[in-house]
Amino acid sequence: MTILIRGAAILGKDSADILIDGHTIREIGSVNNDADRVIDANGLIALPGLVDLHSHLREPGGEGSETILSGSRAAAAGGFTTVHAMANTNPVADTAELVDLVADRGRQAGYVQVRPIGAVTRGLAGEQLADIGGMARSAAAVTVFSDDGKCVGDSLLMRRALEYVSTFGGVIAQHAQDPRLTIDAVVNEGGVSSELGLRGWPSVAEESIIARDVLLAEYVGARLHVCHVSTAGSVDVIRWAKKRGISVTAEVTPHHLVLTDDRALAYDPIFKVNPPLRTSEDVEELRRAVADGTIDIVATDHAPHASSTKDCTWHDASFGMVGLESALSVVQHTLVDSGHIDWPDVARILSVTPARIGRVGGYATPLAVGSPANLTLVDPTTSESWSTNRLHGGSTNSPFLGITLPGKVVSTIFLGTETVSDGALVAPEIVRNT
Amino acid sequence: MTRIVLTKPDIDRALKRIAHEIVESQRGRSGLVFLGIPTRGVFLARRLAGLVADIEPQDIRVGTLDVTLFRDDLTTQSTRATVATEIPSSGIDGSTIILVDDVLFSGRTVRAALDAITALGRPEIVRFAVLVDRGHRELPIRADFVGKNLPTSASERVNVSIAEIDDLDEVSIA
Amino acid sequence: MRHLISTRDLSAERAIALLDTAIDMVDVRSRDVKKLPTLRGKTVANVFFEDSTRTRLSFEAAALALSADVTTFTTQGSSVSKGESLKDTLQTLEAMGADFIVLRHSHSGVASTVANNKWVDARIINAGDGTHEHPTQALLDAFTMRSRLRGVDARGMDLAGISVVIVGDILHSRVARSNAFLLTTLGATVTLAAPQTLLPREIDGWGVTVVSTLDDALESQPDVVMTLRVQKERMSSGFFPSESEFSTLWGMNDSRLRRLPSTSIVMHPGPMNRGLEISGSVADSPQSTVADQVSNGVAMRMSVLYTLMGDSR
Repeated sequence: MTILIRGAAILGKDSADILIDGHTIREIGSVNNDADRVIDANGLIALPGLVDLHSHLREPGGEGSETILSGSRAAAAGGFTTVHAMANTNPVADTAELVDLVADRGRQAGYVQVRPIGAVTRGLAGEQLADIGGMARSAAAVTVFSDDGKCVGDSLLMRRALEYVSTFGGVIAQHAQDPRLTIDAVVNEGGVSSELGLRGWPSVAEESIIARDVLLAEYVGARLHVCHVSTAGSVDVIRWAKKRGISVTAEVTPHHLVLTDDRALAYDPIFKVNPPLRTSEDVEELRRAVADGTIDIVATDHAPHASSTKDCTWHDASFGMVGLESALSVVQHTLVDSGHIDWPDVARILSVTPARIGRVGGYATPLAVGSPANLTLVDPTTSESWSTNRLHGGSTNSPFLGITLPGKVVSTIFLGTETVSDGALVAPEIVRNT
Repeated sequence: MTRIVLTKPDIDRALKRIAHEIVESQRGRSGLVFLGIPTRGVFLARRLAGLVADIEPQDIRVGTLDVTLFRDDLTTQSTRATVATEIPSSGIDGSTIILVDDVLFSGRTVRAALDAITALGRPEIVRFAVLVDRGHRELPIRADFVGKNLPTSASERVNVSIAEIDDLDEVSIA
Repeated sequence: MRHLISTRDLSAERAIALLDTAIDMVDVRSRDVKKLPTLRGKTVANVFFEDSTRTRLSFEAAALALSADVTTFTTQGSSVSKGESLKDTLQTLEAMGADFIVLRHSHSGVASTVANNKWVDARIINAGDGTHEHPTQALLDAFTMRSRLRGVDARGMDLAGISVVIVGDILHSRVARSNAFLLTTLGATVTLAAPQTLLPREIDGWGVTVVSTLDDALESQPDVVMTLRVQKERMSSGFFPSESEFSTLWGMNDSRLRRLPSTSIVMHPGPMNRGLEISGSVADSPQSTVADQVSNGVAMRMSVLYTLMGDSR
């Protein structure tokens, strides 16, 4: 099977044709060959297949809100070809058997590569290390370990985890949230929490854990990845750590790049998320931090929830937002269109670097001849009010519904197979058979 | 198109006639209480009380009866502001009440006023004086003293102006 | 205005109209016949997911005085324990014919969520949501201040020139929040006195002044000192070290009362911890308005019920 993409702007720059042969990019330039399938990409930007380091696919245990198949479809619709599935499933992904099961089901779905993330502690209980070696040496070859949703709060346990994971070349992805400073916290602590009478989640609860963790990482000589950085103060700490040569990487979510805590003023639980939406000063600093490289990547923290856990009071609602489908549009809106970064930077923060952090092969040189054929074609010129027909996962808890965002994924190709074609998801049986 | 139907001399004459009729009807009884229904009924009540006192000096008291909270149209009208009800300190038990309003139309205001009076005490007699009766009653109610019977169509508006708040005495139809 | 959720939603004009109507309701309550037919045929459902006998009785008395039918729902033995959602519970009550839902809940924002999402058509009155607001309490407090300081017939008047100190656990107090918003709207000068642990952060937008101790606050000779109930469990969670230290620095006692002008009043929303936030003798002094507040509460809630009923927007 050969696919010829005609006239795409490579990484948003010069226009060229791309010839895909089987699983591989065969040729880039002016291609005269014929092909089994020809895609007219005039006006479209070609990006490498996107890599998400932080998704909740909910399977096993949470199939009412998402499955590995439905989450894979949401990912493909958003231009992704690899996603990392967080460990807080039920049962928790803390054994080799479970991570292999997740990877297998991802393969069966066929829309993206599903890379399981292993738990740091057994049952996410924060007491005893999970089977880290077993997961690292399993068929799924886990490289990222995280108790996401919960912070590894105990300093001694965090030290041991950093040391132990580095034995296998892995990385701890820390959900930085001091548990004692955030008891029952449901919204950013500040003017909004004060007015609403809701328990505040102070920025210092994130910053103090990041500060501790970068020092621990330096001390034991391990790699640290910081999940969903949400405050300007955290950016300062990470900037300081990087300057000092500490091996730390950091991610920001799309929603923290645009939404602010005043969205909570009407108590609409669609905006309840952890870490909480912060202030406009934080949003501005997070954008700058992506531009200057302090924050390495954008990761979705895609967190599907059944409508019953969002059509309720703020207190009863679950934390989280879906984000796989909208991530690229939000990045275009907040970072590209605003002039913070260029399209090659988009390839870096949404593909090359997340793949490097997760040790995912095949993404090091985006859109290079001989690389695996993972790519996405984007129309950056369209702009529309986000609606549920843009969502393809098991849940619709997107904070962007009704908000106008630019850009649309027209085509996603995963290892030479079209998963999104002419702007529409390809049916599961067709994806599976190719 | 506005048509003036009563001028100041007409109103003065009507009130004077009503005052004489009240004195006539009051023979042999004491304890006359004029209760005006806000807004214009309050001032008409004061004028009538003065006129009655001129004709026959006697114990006359004047008050204000707000019927807002006794109305039956709360769910169809937007909320009306309430006005203080002021009852003579001696109360109304055993008295003769002259209820005073500017216009008698459906009769619903009077119905509410009768309920309001019942909540305040037990007068011996309640009578009703009105400057203009424009017809179109929706309840079996009639006035004891009428300044002027004014045939109107239901869609017409009757505007009563009185000097105390409108700077002139006049009744017009629009 | 169909619902009363937050005092933030009240303009000065609307708030004054509510206070003015309450004057007539006080008048009705002093008559032999203490009942009005105004809400005949209407049903007020008191829905209390958090126990508060006094607030519930006050709303009940107000509804009955306006001739409404009253149904009461409290969580004890109710379907909530069987896992029925709040939404289902409220829709069930409405299906039984509730025109008003008077809602008390231990979580902030519940009344807003119910009204914003239009889970029910009934008019919603927030009778206290978590640590957010308690708007009818603030209205009755404003009414009590206006009557005591401006005279009973203060129709049309706001609270300009009146200085109010709110002292104690501001952070967790829905009464403090609703009062701070309403009193500033009505033109009063509001000062909060509390330890840093019991103050909300970033309240520049509230238009209030913050001082540390009650003694600092009393220097300006305020017209009103509003004390708040202190939840004793706050002590064990480290908000203040001991009851005696709290009452020493933020408790209203005799010597502090003597420093105030004799015309100043001391308020408390009840129930009081005598000897903690307010001493027994201050609570029983002529300058205390505790009993007035309870009595005015019924009139104020009658005014709210009446006003919301007539407003279909």
